[in-house]
Amino acid sequence: MTLTTVLLMSVPLALLCLLLGLIYKGIDRRLGARMQARTGPPVMQPLRDIRKLMLKENIVPKHAVPWLFSLMPVVALGSTLALLMYVPLFGQAPLLGSYGDMVSVLYMLLIPSLTLVIGGFVSSSPYAVVGAQREMVTMISYEFPLAITIVAFAWLASVAAPGSAAFAFSTFSAVPVWSMTSILGSCGLIILFAVMIVVTSGEMGAVPFDAAEAETEIAGGLLSEYSGRNLALFYMASAVKMVVLGSVIIALFLPFGISGYAGLEGMAAQAADAGFFLLKLFAVIFAASTFPRVAVPRLRITQIVKMYWVYATAAAIIGLTLIGIDVLVEAI
Amino acid sequence: MKAKALNRSLWVFHVNTGSCNGCDIEIVAAMTPRYDLERFGIKLVGSPRHADVLLVTGPVTRDMKKKLKLIYDQTPDPKVVMSVGNCGNSTGVFYESYNIEGPIDRIVPVDIYVAGCPPRPEAIIDGVVKAWKKLEEMKKK
Repeated sequence: MTLTTVLLMSVPLALLCLLLGLIYKGIDRRLGARMQARTGPPVMQPLRDIRKLMLKENIVPKHAVPWLFSLMPVVALGSTLALLMYVPLFGQAPLLGSYGDMVSVLYMLLIPSLTLVIGGFVSSSPYAVVGAQREMVTMISYEFPLAITIVAFAWLASVAAPGSAAFAFSTFSAVPVWSMTSILGSCGLIILFAVMIVVTSGEMGAVPFDAAEAETEIAGGLLSEYSGRNLALFYMASAVKMVVLGSVIIALFLPFGISGYAGLEGMAAQAADAGFFLLKLFAVIFAASTFPRVAVPRLRITQIVKMYWVYATAAAIIGLTLIGIDVLVEAI
Repeated sequence: MKAKALNRSLWVFHVNTGSCNGCDIEIVAAMTPRYDLERFGIKLVGSPRHADVLLVTGPVTRDMKKKLKLIYDQTPDPKVVMSVGNCGNSTGVFYESYNIEGPIDRIVPVDIYVAGCPPRPEAIIDGVVKAWKKLEEMKKK
């Protein structure tokens, strides 16, 4: 892909995904309310909230570090929008797919969380500092099972599709990972899928894992000093991050399109696949955010660490072992 | 269009200045499935920095006077203060008590008074609707 295409495509793509993320947030809130037997806000509510926050006064606390405090929301939104260029969206190859792979996405996913942490530390509020520390602990916790999953995928790709880039998303969109394994490996993949959903919940800061932003105990945690435009930027960043995380799961586990089954070709096939992508994204967001938010109360930070370091890691290692056995048996 | 931006997205911060919890429970009741304030885009937030509406309950004890002022200053403009319950409106049964600094409007400017001991959730919702109107007028100016 040439530089001009990338430049031309990136801005509309970023705007589209921003809008999409906000609407998905609205659907998430509405569905959560319906599951609690409430009517819930309209789907457009996050857009209204953003519009309102833009009108509000933007306060920088007296003892904060002003330039870092105001810079962090911009970096948060910028880095999540940049991530959009590296993950496959709407059934298409990523715009900058040849420049980054799963590992670079793994690293770049840290930046939005890090901006939250730095923003929390420089905002001079004890609540924000506690929130920032919790966010760091959560980050350290979910990285390990996530890394195990990525290693499992690279292992599979290096054996099942030798010669292809083991860490590239394109390897898995060309050959769905489910066709690389037999029964035993598929069991391992299902376990890894579940682990990834739990990890995504943590990365989104969805409710069982939102100890860093707990409104009822530490007054909004990391974000407690942010208001107005800065808060809106963080809100938009979290909406885009939701789309990014959803697309990573889709790219790894659900890279299927429906155009092949419907017998469509050309533009119609692309449109059908894009529509199907939106459906898959909804399913992932429902499983990782809406459902746990309504079903499970907030975990303590110690419980979050135990959840990831003990249960999720153990499950991921079992999944990795199953896939490993599968790969070795196939090799014989 | 700008004037309407606030009317369907109010974030509420709840301040208890020595209330007996009667009003507080009625505020929570307004968020339950029966009344469901969230369908109007209203939600409770954990920090005054995020708030558009300060929902103040209680007669303001001596200890809370400074803190109430501080919370009012921490809230970004444009903002509306709602006093919920008779204690906040007139100090109620604590009238002329030695450890009461209230009513609330002696400490911060109050825009909307909701009467009752405690007020019913319908009354609180009515007060929030008046807060929309007030904010719209503020924006027009």
